[in-house]
Amino acid sequence: MGKKIRVLVGKPGLDGHDRGAKVVAAALRDAGMEVIYTGLHQTCESIVEAAVQEDVDVIGLSILSGAHMTIFSKVLNLLKKRHATQILVIGGGIIPLEDMKKLEKMGVGKLFGPGTPTTEIVDWINECAFAKTEQPKTKRVKAKKSRKIKVRRKRKK
Amino acid sequence: MIFLKKLLKGEKRTVAQTISVVENEGDTKILENIFKYTGKAYHIGITGPPGAGKSTLVNAIAKQLLEKNKKIGIIAVDPTSPFSGGALLGDRVRMTDLALKENVFIRSMASRGSLGGLAQKTKDVALVLDASGMDYILIETIGVGQVELDIAQVCDTTVVALVPESGDSIQAMKAGLLEIADVIVVNKGDREGCDSLIMELKFALDLRQQKAGWHYPIVKTIATEGVGIEELVATIQSHKEYLKRSGRFEKDRKEKLKLHIHELIEEKIKSHLKEFVIKDDELEKIINRVYERKLNPYHIADEITNKIFKVREDV
Amino acid sequence: MTKKDWEGKLKMHKERDSEFTTVSGTPVKSLYTPDDIQDMDYGRDLGYPGEFPYTRGVYTNMYRGRLWTMRQFSGYATPKDTNKRYKYLLKHGQTGLSVAFDFPTLYGRDSDDSFSHGEVGKCGVAVDTLRDMEIIFDGIPLDKISTSMTINPPAAMLLAMYIAVGEKQGVPAHVLTGTIQNDMLKEYQAQKTWIYPPEPSMRIITDILAYCTDHVPKWNTISISGYHIREAGSTALQELAFTLANGFTYVEHGMQAGLSVDKFAPRLSFFFNAHLDFFEEIAKYRAARRIWARLMRGKYGAQSPRSYLVRFHTQTAGCTLTAQQPENNIIRTAFQALSAVLGGTQSLHTNSMDETYALPTEQAVKVALRTQQLIAYESGVAQVIDPLGGSYYVESLTRQMEKGAYDYFEKINKMGGVIPAIEKGFFQKEISRSAYEYQKALEQRKKFQVGVNIFEEEEKPDIEILKIPAAVEKNQIKELKKVKKQRNNARVKEKLKDLRKAARNGENVMPRILACVKVYATLGEMCNTLKEEFGVYHEPIIF
Repeated sequence: MGKKIRVLVGKPGLDGHDRGAKVVAAALRDAGMEVIYTGLHQTCESIVEAAVQEDVDVIGLSILSGAHMTIFSKVLNLLKKRHATQILVIGGGIIPLEDMKKLEKMGVGKLFGPGTPTTEIVDWINECAFAKTEQPKTKRVKAKKSRKIKVRRKRKK
Repeated sequence: MIFLKKLLKGEKRTVAQTISVVENEGDTKILENIFKYTGKAYHIGITGPPGAGKSTLVNAIAKQLLEKNKKIGIIAVDPTSPFSGGALLGDRVRMTDLALKENVFIRSMASRGSLGGLAQKTKDVALVLDASGMDYILIETIGVGQVELDIAQVCDTTVVALVPESGDSIQAMKAGLLEIADVIVVNKGDREGCDSLIMELKFALDLRQQKAGWHYPIVKTIATEGVGIEELVATIQSHKEYLKRSGRFEKDRKEKLKLHIHELIEEKIKSHLKEFVIKDDELEKIINRVYERKLNPYHIADEITNKIFKVREDV
Repeated sequence: MTKKDWEGKLKMHKERDSEFTTVSGTPVKSLYTPDDIQDMDYGRDLGYPGEFPYTRGVYTNMYRGRLWTMRQFSGYATPKDTNKRYKYLLKHGQTGLSVAFDFPTLYGRDSDDSFSHGEVGKCGVAVDTLRDMEIIFDGIPLDKISTSMTINPPAAMLLAMYIAVGEKQGVPAHVLTGTIQNDMLKEYQAQKTWIYPPEPSMRIITDILAYCTDHVPKWNTISISGYHIREAGSTALQELAFTLANGFTYVEHGMQAGLSVDKFAPRLSFFFNAHLDFFEEIAKYRAARRIWARLMRGKYGAQSPRSYLVRFHTQTAGCTLTAQQPENNIIRTAFQALSAVLGGTQSLHTNSMDETYALPTEQAVKVALRTQQLIAYESGVAQVIDPLGGSYYVESLTRQMEKGAYDYFEKINKMGGVIPAIEKGFFQKEISRSAYEYQKALEQRKKFQVGVNIFEEEEKPDIEILKIPAAVEKNQIKELKKVKKQRNNARVKEKLKDLRKAARNGENVMPRILACVKVYATLGEMCNTLKEEFGVYHEPIIF
């Protein structure tokens, strides 16, 4: 049996563009992960509550509405309140580069912009989860970026 | 143990993490520690074919029970993809009413495709929820083939949900769903064909009814609108009372415990066999000779098991 | 040389790929010849522009008479900012307005609703009350300009506000021209902006149809939209088939409500996507016209030729824009816009290069608008009507699209129609499957995106981004509070009560909404009143 990586894919806020969230969810499943999909129009509170109860390793949020600054900081704060900061928060959507940098500083693990191959997301999560189980002391290990689609590492779990 | 205290108090993060440990590792230490605190929760299974509205039913039932001030644990099982080993667990989407309720804990589980292992895992996860102080544990599974039979093994009352769609009842009988049902729900009861489905079901259940002391009730619901849910919960309640009154509750649970112990023994023997008696690579070698018909499987099996079952020789 | 000889010769030449398909995955041949359109009958299948079955265009002289409307979808931050942007666009030669609302407005929530936090003015302009609409259209004469509003569940309220603004400008409702999207079916299928369940949503839509027929006769009451279906990941064929199926469903509901088809059908318009595959897109538009005309006449018995017309707006595909090498988006958009023009669109929005990062800057929008102007005034394509008509490839593809759409119609019918199919998650699953297939094709490099999976560059682009200041939300809430203080609250209560009554007893809600709007009831107050009567929608099957 052994440990499976569990990821919560959530669509917070009002925007209904769930194409990206669904494609990523399917790709993570096909990479052998257990994906909990929350559906649309979730509040930050219900996303964090679900993440806690499902004991996920990663929360992935898709935001295309421009509300990313508000939503990510809210989620990070709620995780703190629940003593669940080990849960890694990542995201994707329409987010300006400048905001991406700010968010990563704030504690968001990584942000994936449009055009990111799903394999890059899979690799990144795998590497982080791997780092977490191997060296429990290290909080967050930044995975190497594999911008190019050609470089596709396969990691078997 | 702070951890145990937190778990018994139902602290959600602790409960969640305990479930993960139980689910991921074969380690039974935690279960040993919490077992004495379990046995109080009533287990209800909800199963049925895809699209029967199971999650919506669970959502509605839980809302009813909440009104009665009960604590509810929900386990929603979805199949693991046999190709990737991954799973998409989407049942929470239909349980948004419950998402932030203090007295509800929802956990999605992937079947992880282990042979017969699902019942075991579900049982273990249910034990954790039981220990955390739940009054009811609702277990939702898709009814296709083996899975729901496993689940019936865990539950006190099994609810089978069907919808009026062509051929549904025939499918249900084929899948053996009706065999395990204590209560039958015809959901989406405002749809065409509902009454004829109920007729068919009544006919099919007649035979079973004569044998058991329990008449198999059929409840019509429209779960999305909450119609019929009160009656459903009352029906489940009366099944519970029937079980207690007739002495079947204790009998069934003892039967289940016996089964559980048997399974644990089997599990232990299997791993013992693999680890200490005959390793896989050794077996490979023997198989070559079996393949050449120089040895036969029956003899080999006897020889191997005799290595463990010294007892038998002594007799 | 015979065709056979040529084919023999062709086989001796190596091809650069083992299989050639459109962006939607439809296989295409190396060459199309008269054989491919053998059973095509010019009079029956193509006809003349402005004549049945309208394959070649809905108007007799098409762009030789009037160019398409250049209509850039825009709106952001406060009503004041948006008013300024509109004046800028009109000054640069834009010929129609198209309002983008922010998410709270799209969902019928006020700016001070807890769900709106962080979203006010972000993706469009915030509208809470009539006051906001007065500011947005300040100094813009509503009798001279047509306005399209992308609004769905609260479409009735925004239309009512527009009518009220017109009245204040002295422009009566029957003079107003424009469009509300008001297409709820595609919301359940793809765009996912919903409030009420399908049944009451359809009732509000038919209320609007009935009201506009009598009072706002030049208004396009539904913009039946494939755009969002495509953006959610569908193929070209799915976009075509689902959109038309939705359209026919509106027609059926209108007729069931007792309206005469020729009274409301002429005010239905369409909204399509212009995606990457040039010829596939053109074939899609042509097939749409032919199918609609034939079924409106044959199946629904419409008598007025105006009921047969697919008049449509086109937007280039936002989902094809890339964050990498954003300048490429200008060229991408230009090709897509060209396909829309060659496909006979009535109005067009061209996306800006920076939209994968944020709402577009003024500069980026100007380039996008110029792209349309280049096509219109320099390229020469607008001088001849349907210049691709008769092309072996285009006609064959048009036919193939048409056939595929009829296959989908049959499937949908078997499920009991569009609404039951939505409840079963049919469209949702079809669309998300196509989206995933396309993503996999990109990652396996079977399909290409320049700058993303071919000809990539390492460095991150450095382009100017439009920023929405955080103060926008605060200011908007402040303005809303002011309005609430100034208005006559007793009258608001009374009008909301009337609205509730109308919702309950089946009376047309439009006049009641108009009355609410005029006393400055908020969008949220009106939508919540209806929510209490109609209930809210929950997403069915997800994957």
